Amino acid sequence: MNEILEGLVEAAKLIAAFDPELVEITLRSLQVTITAVVIAAAIGLPLGAWLAVMRFRSRRLVIAILNALMGLPPVVVGLIVYVLLSRSGPFGVLGLLFTPTAMIIAQVIIVTPLIASIAHQAIRDLWSEYHDLLISLNTTKRQRVATLLWDARRALLTACLAGFGRGIGEVGAIMIVGGNIDNATRVLTTAIALETGKGNFALALGLGFVLIALAIAVNLLMHSLSRTERSGTW
Amino acid sequence: MITRTLLACAFALSTLPAMAETVRMAVTTSFENSGLADVLLPEIQAELGIEVELLVVGTGQALRLGEAGDVDAVLVHSRPAEIAFVEAGHATHWREIMYNDFVLIGPSDDPAGISSAQTAADALARIAEAEALFVSRGDNSGTHQKELALWASAGVDPEDLGSAYNAVGAGMGAALNTASGLNAYILSDRATWLTFGNQADLALLFSGDPEMFNPYSLLPVNPDRHPHVNNAAVMQLEDWLVGPRGEELINAYTVEGQTLFVHSAVPQ
Repeated sequence: MNEILEGLVEAAKLIAAFDPELVEITLRSLQVTITAVVIAAAIGLPLGAWLAVMRFRSRRLVIAILNALMGLPPVVVGLIVYVLLSRSGPFGVLGLLFTPTAMIIAQVIIVTPLIASIAHQAIRDLWSEYHDLLISLNTTKRQRVATLLWDARRALLTACLAGFGRGIGEVGAIMIVGGNIDNATRVLTTAIALETGKGNFALALGLGFVLIALAIAVNLLMHSLSRTERSGTW
Repeated sequence: MITRTLLACAFALSTLPAMAETVRMAVTTSFENSGLADVLLPEIQAELGIEVELLVVGTGQALRLGEAGDVDAVLVHSRPAEIAFVEAGHATHWREIMYNDFVLIGPSDDPAGISSAQTAADALARIAEAEALFVSRGDNSGTHQKELALWASAGVDPEDLGSAYNAVGAGMGAALNTASGLNAYILSDRATWLTFGNQADLALLFSGDPEMFNPYSLLPVNPDRHPHVNNAAVMQLEDWLVGPRGEELINAYTVEGQTLFVHSAVPQ
């Protein structure tokens, strides 16, 4: 129990001192996960909407696979990305291993199925409501997807925030493809794993509390920017 | 369209430090945990202008990274694995830099009485005799291999210890955390133990047997196999570590008043 209190004290100290190393790894955590979520949303949201609108033979199978991929173990994703980006792998010449880019690629793979699945669930319900209207207006497939994406934006924001949540707390994949290199690829979660390994529980917990605070701040910021969860609006 | 955005992002984000010489070196957790890297790396940066990026992994993964050409050099402590690595042509040679030693850690009241043991093998035999809890790395790391060799010379098969033998399959720090939680015996390197923050009721009970010396070697990845590795900088780094400046810094490094490493390289 004491250690949790020590962790809180440590977190307060780190933030109060505006520790440059903490700022650096925090910014890198944000850079990696936000970039990954933006790319994943650019793929996952249209994919989710498209799956809701389109009817094709293996649709059920594709959706089942997508839902199952939400549970992809990050370590496995990390290993696959490592093997692909390794100097002996097919994309080795790009020299991307142990860079933030490699970490972003891994997180895109982890986050995209989650965003696409949640987007699909939300848009499927909306589509059953809009179906007759959009068909009678003689809209094209592209227009239907665009309308559904716009009108479901609140639910889609939730999908993106869920993706952010999965990415920012993830450690298994980025540890393998990033390598937790000081000043290059160390982020909050890998630093926490490192400090735990050194037995510095107070510092590890302190970093953990900083991570939680960061996640809360990002969620609040998104809600205030998108004017959701406010009094008077539902 | 999406592919193009992806590619653009990939290129925009691959912020590699321009011009500066960088050496990527895979090292074992015990080296990083000792804190010696924090002393050596800034000096190397200042004197040679080489930025050393450390990948802190287990011995097995470090050798795999070297084999794949993902790092420029490997610093590990497992002599048989090093020799095999060089013989397979993955590295040009191995060069012993320094050694530290392994120590046996256990509950401070020492139920197995290993503190009065004569040799490491004797100490392990006493742990087996007392059926005391023992935590093993169980991850095929250099430390794990040393532990298995010591069990062998004690004439004990750890498999026979049953539930008293806990192979955690984790790094040194994580294994020490487990030992601390179970109040069990464990083999650790001295450096990690001294800098370990969660010692709880554990204490250093046995050390000093020459069997427990732990030499670290540098393995430069073979540039004939992987032309992109920065072999020139690795050779500079090796000369520096082997030379008088490396010797001075390594021998002078202490934690809580104890010398951790002994420089053992011979300049050519």
